[in-house]
Amino acid sequence: MGTDTSTNMSSDGFIDLKGRKVLVHDMCLRDGMHAKREQISTAQMVAVASALDAAGVPLIQVAHGGGLGGNSLQHGFALHSNEEYWDAVMPHVRRAKVSVLLIPGLGTMKELQSAYDHGVRSVTVATHCTEADTSPQHIAYARKLGMDTVGFLMMAHLNSPEGLAVQGKMMERYGAECIYITDSAGYMLPEDVKRRVRALREVLAPSTQIGFHGHHNLGMGIANSIAAIEEGASRIDASVAGLGAGAGNTPLEVFVAVCDRMGIDTGCDLFKLMDMAEDIIVPMMDQMVRIDRASLTLGFAGVYSTFLLHAKRLGLKYGIPARDILVELGKRKMIGGQEDMIEDTALTMAKARGLLVDKAA
Amino acid sequence: MKKIRCALIGSGNIGTDLIYKIQRSPLLEPVWMVGIDAASEGLAKAREMGLKTTHEGVDGLLPHVLADHIQIAFDATSAYVHQANSDKLTALGVMMIDLTPAAIGPLCVPPVNLADHATEGAMNVNMISCAGQATIPMVRAVSRVQGVSYAEIIASVASKSIGPGTRANLDEFTYTTSNAVCVVGGARRGKALVIVNPAEPPMLMRNTIYCLTDDQPDEVAIIESVKQMIIEVQKYVPGYRLVNGPVFDGNKVAIFMEVKGLGDYLPTYAGNLDIMTAAATRTAEMFADGILAGRIQLKAAA
Repeated sequence: MGTDTSTNMSSDGFIDLKGRKVLVHDMCLRDGMHAKREQISTAQMVAVASALDAAGVPLIQVAHGGGLGGNSLQHGFALHSNEEYWDAVMPHVRRAKVSVLLIPGLGTMKELQSAYDHGVRSVTVATHCTEADTSPQHIAYARKLGMDTVGFLMMAHLNSPEGLAVQGKMMERYGAECIYITDSAGYMLPEDVKRRVRALREVLAPSTQIGFHGHHNLGMGIANSIAAIEEGASRIDASVAGLGAGAGNTPLEVFVAVCDRMGIDTGCDLFKLMDMAEDIIVPMMDQMVRIDRASLTLGFAGVYSTFLLHAKRLGLKYGIPARDILVELGKRKMIGGQEDMIEDTALTMAKARGLLVDKAA
Repeated sequence: MKKIRCALIGSGNIGTDLIYKIQRSPLLEPVWMVGIDAASEGLAKAREMGLKTTHEGVDGLLPHVLADHIQIAFDATSAYVHQANSDKLTALGVMMIDLTPAAIGPLCVPPVNLADHATEGAMNVNMISCAGQATIPMVRAVSRVQGVSYAEIIASVASKSIGPGTRANLDEFTYTTSNAVCVVGGARRGKALVIVNPAEPPMLMRNTIYCLTDDQPDEVAIIESVKQMIIEVQKYVPGYRLVNGPVFDGNKVAIFMEVKGLGDYLPTYAGNLDIMTAAATRTAEMFADGILAGRIQLKAAA
């Protein structure tokens, strides 16, 4: 996985990314699980993974939307266990590696061992952008297993570039080989991304890669990814047709098209990706994954993208617009993993608006 | 009135907060604080509050146990050193209250099973975790009404209230809590999730408890049982409060709690710290009462 991040300036002072190698990491079968309320069948998993593999996507994340340990009342129960998904997918990926997400506090080392036993060879260990020190045992365990180990700082807009650099450095010390800036809320603008990548690049060892995971809530997924690459990022998360939480992830086929135009080397086959977006992913969508008023609210207010469908469902249940719930969650500074607080917030708002009588009061 | 003399092992947030709780107790007296770092804030605080201190770990305490008549020790170190600490102290007839996730002794949630442990005179009881103390009473409140096939608890805590030991060993925290949701809470399967939230100002500890009942939930009985259980917990944690629910959705019962601390060592947002130290203190008091009344004789472990 190349780390050539040398920067060339063109004669007129613009950054030339020609020849830069970028590793593309597909999110359809993990972040996309959120958009499908965790209801992707093994047959769909196999179809998607096979198509990604054939299109030359080198790394594919496969798991419950919450990653290891995600099956829960809090995050929903998937159609199958993670193990069943991996077992279904593995025989169909010839070139690609399969990765998984581990959020400490939800997933554990036992589950990571199981992932490894089922053929997963890369792990994204994710914490909120200020809580990297909840990840040392998981990162160390992944390295012990010999897995490609990524530290993933979620809701990165909530930490300053300097603060994020400190957190990333901690994960590097625990053993992470790549540090991600994760725009979970789809809130960041290219300058926000650049500042953060630059701050990380300054403190991390040259051998440590930097990655960017975007959400398209403000339509900035591709621009932000390119901005990250300009500052030295060499891994980009994206999903074909954007299948992911909120308004989706950075649409992978569009990102690859832009990279092709710019001369950035992703090793992916654009036409195959376009075809799979139309023929496989879009027909899978229960609702169009796009920027609507609720997902735009996520990006505008800086709210965790996964909250979207929960807020829509509970908004209907309690008679409160999803947008109002999302704005309130933003005010209360709720972070990823606190999905229980969506219903709690909706209940409190419903009581305040006289829509609900408290039986236990 | 005579008090039972106690040692506190571990000079972090939990150990330091315990000093306040134990000093207020009519049955307990904090005498020793054990740390491993001479410069720790907790040890300085302990000296300021009149305790004897050592920074040489439990070995620094052992020569004083008998002379100072220490009968109960609280261990707030880590799961990895608890076994050794416990072996050394129970050999001298000291009863251990374990606040680490080591869980080598029976698991204790005061309003659920403390009375049983005190009767049996266990020499080591485990307090599970802050999340366990905050949620298992609610799991039990449902499971004592009807069968619970699965319970899931989500604890959100303020970043400032979680010390380095817990952070570095999050899996032990989740394993111990998940297990206790079943063993003490009475659910057949259990799962525990923890989220560390850095919001400023810090958020109060929040806990959500989900239970899946075997049959259609008996709403009236569950609401009443939850109310009664909250009153029991409030006896030692006055800031334990139902925010929303119980919400009934098919076989799913959802209960949304908040824990506001007393603001002893850390401010009131650290309800997680309080519920742990208050439960440990209440547990020690129950044993102290038995020791003072002659019902419990502490025996040196073989």
